[in-house]
Amino acid sequence: MVYGHSDPGRSHIIEPVTLKILVAGGFGAGKTTLVGAVSEIKPLRTEELLTEAGRPVDNIAGVEGKKTTTVAMDFGRITLREDLVLYLFGTPGQDRFWFLWDELATGALGAVVLADTRRLEDCFAAVDYFERRGIAFTVAVNCFEGADNYPEESVREALDLDPGTPVVMCDARERESVKRVLISVVEHAMLATAATS
Amino acid sequence: MTGDGATDDRWFDDAAGPVVRPYAMTRGRTRSAAEDKLDLIAVVVADRVTPGSAADQTLSPEHIDIVELSRDTPQSVAELAAELDLPVGVVRVLIGDLLHAALVRVSRPVPPAELPDERILREVINGLRAL
Repeated sequence: MVYGHSDPGRSHIIEPVTLKILVAGGFGAGKTTLVGAVSEIKPLRTEELLTEAGRPVDNIAGVEGKKTTTVAMDFGRITLREDLVLYLFGTPGQDRFWFLWDELATGALGAVVLADTRRLEDCFAAVDYFERRGIAFTVAVNCFEGADNYPEESVREALDLDPGTPVVMCDARERESVKRVLISVVEHAMLATAATS
Repeated sequence: MTGDGATDDRWFDDAAGPVVRPYAMTRGRTRSAAEDKLDLIAVVVADRVTPGSAADQTLSPEHIDIVELSRDTPQSVAELAAELDLPVGVVRVLIGDLLHAALVRVSRPVPPAELPDERILREVINGLRAL
């Protein structure tokens, strides 16, 4: 859809089809690292200003006097073709910013839930969020050095995943590894599309 | 604001802090009529030639920055916000103004509520494999 006034004389500017994949996971799970491993640009940061009006009242303790909060979302870009661009958005980690997820999730192709096996519970909320909204996601287990290598089955069980949800072991620093994770997300989204049509 | 019964909007008094500055650029507006079309990945393109835009007194320096940035290279809303170092909400209002003035166009190839079709998904997979 193009709106605003149009002029056929400008057709040489290619307006790409843009798509987005969300990257969720607990604080320190490696979201920005994962984005940076495949992004052609150094992950950029967008900010959203929050005011008291948008803040749950039970969270004011300890931040007295602070009237606005900035929520940062890091994102990266992958130009697949001149006319096809994929953006990766790291979601804000804190639970109180869930309302921002709704905007991010709208129109998203799918999501990665990046899991750290040392703190698997950190991604329960993200799994729940994507399941409820029917957004295709892949659980990517970031195999940190020193972290126990959990078998896929135990991760699947611990997160109580639907049988169709892919679980992929990855190294968020490795480009090839992250590519595999993203391909898994898109393949899963494709199956989901096929199932509903 | 009357000052009476102000409990509800007390957060927006003179101690409201940095929220005032960014939204001063939008003359206090926090919403744009076009904002539902201005997804983070909506693509903004400025006309190559926008006669007189730089001289237009109604445009702020930030408006002009957006036009300049998106002139030859289409830019997503997220990229513009990052480049200008402004909150996304502010950038949306500014882009809304430029849309209204027909100085930029916004394309939104995939309707936000729908998944792209299978052909595009297949192209994404092929593109990722080829990286």
